[in-house]
Amino acid sequence: AVLKKRLVKLVVNFLFYFRTDEAEPIGALLLEHCRVTKEEENVFSISFIEEPERKYCFECDSEEQCQEWVEALKRASYEFMRRSLIFYRNEIQKMTGKDPLEQYGISEEARFQLGAHKD
Amino acid sequence: MKLNERSLAFYATCDSPADNAGFLYKRGERHTAYHRRWFVLKGNMLFYFEERESREPVGVIVLEGCTVELCDSAEEFAFAIRFGGAKSRTYVLAAESQAAMESWVKSLSRASFDYMRLVVRELEKQLEEMRWGPAGGCGGCQGSAGSWKPKTLGLECSPERLPALPAVLPKENGCAVWNNAPGEDLLPNTSGCDGHDDEGNPRPPPLPPRRQASSSEASSARAAMAESPSTFCRLHERYGREVARLRQDWLERRRGHR
Repeated sequence: AVLKKRLVKLVVNFLFYFRTDEAEPIGALLLEHCRVTKEEENVFSISFIEEPERKYCFECDSEEQCQEWVEALKRASYEFMRRSLIFYRNEIQKMTGKDPLEQYGISEEARFQLGAHKD
Repeated sequence: MKLNERSLAFYATCDSPADNAGFLYKRGERHTAYHRRWFVLKGNMLFYFEERESREPVGVIVLEGCTVELCDSAEEFAFAIRFGGAKSRTYVLAAESQAAMESWVKSLSRASFDYMRLVVRELEKQLEEMRWGPAGGCGGCQGSAGSWKPKTLGLECSPERLPALPAVLPKENGCAVWNNAPGEDLLPNTSGCDGHDDEGNPRPPPLPPRRQASSSEASSARAAMAESPSTFCRLHERYGREVARLRQDWLERRRGHR
């Protein structure tokens, strides 16, 4: 496999990649339902649940940079944030007896429910 | 621009719960005729399908940096998703009832990743303050405990602004008392995958997110990183130890119940 140098940007739950001298991205990866794996030194990979054998590999300049990316990408999905929110909400509720989302008027929002249901 | 379309289609059609779903009329780009499509909102992605039973979406709208507004249209119950930028398109949609329109406008307004991130950060902050005490107790956290100004990015999408933080919460004895009866579904995992880590155990709660610095990130990310790194290191350490101990307790309790 050939390694190509790319500028990579994590923006919300998308990983954009650019040729190093271009302003427009070549492509983007939606980071939902993906697995981020540390491979050998300086290398990590991203694979997706519906095609687990296919790995997008990235080689970093240093092991430290590699770890940073792995940690950032593991937390990059919307679904991860949603789970965090539900967890924090529940913890605060247990500690205070109050739902912290009530003051914002969003406690009934479907997206913040523990077992959100489809219509 | 290339996209991992299969992954997008998977996200659209997998059985993770949708934040909203239903039929909407979508105005065409070139011709102003409306087409009835099945819409599914998941996270910050609004997918639309030709039919409810279609196996793949025909399109997707990424809901970042947009505003959702009612619009003047011959069509009843119409609303628009408007993006900034000269070349950007406005999507005009129409619901089939007043209630449906209101429900969609509300859920689309709050669909952005940035909005979710604001709420998560807010709750994280509350939780940290409850556990370690407000600004004074942390030795270094900047004193913004009394008020919190939401960043504007993404908030154009939401009708209400988040109010200021509540007043100082009562301190426990420096150590929060956790209710040690978590359900499995309450512990998020830190990997990108659903479910659990390799051993099949649910992972402990996540540390405050660190993001790769990028010029296109919302300014709220920078604000969070303005606090001294050593303070965060100390917080992470304490938090991590507490979490490890709780997890151990929880695992033991589970084994005890078998």
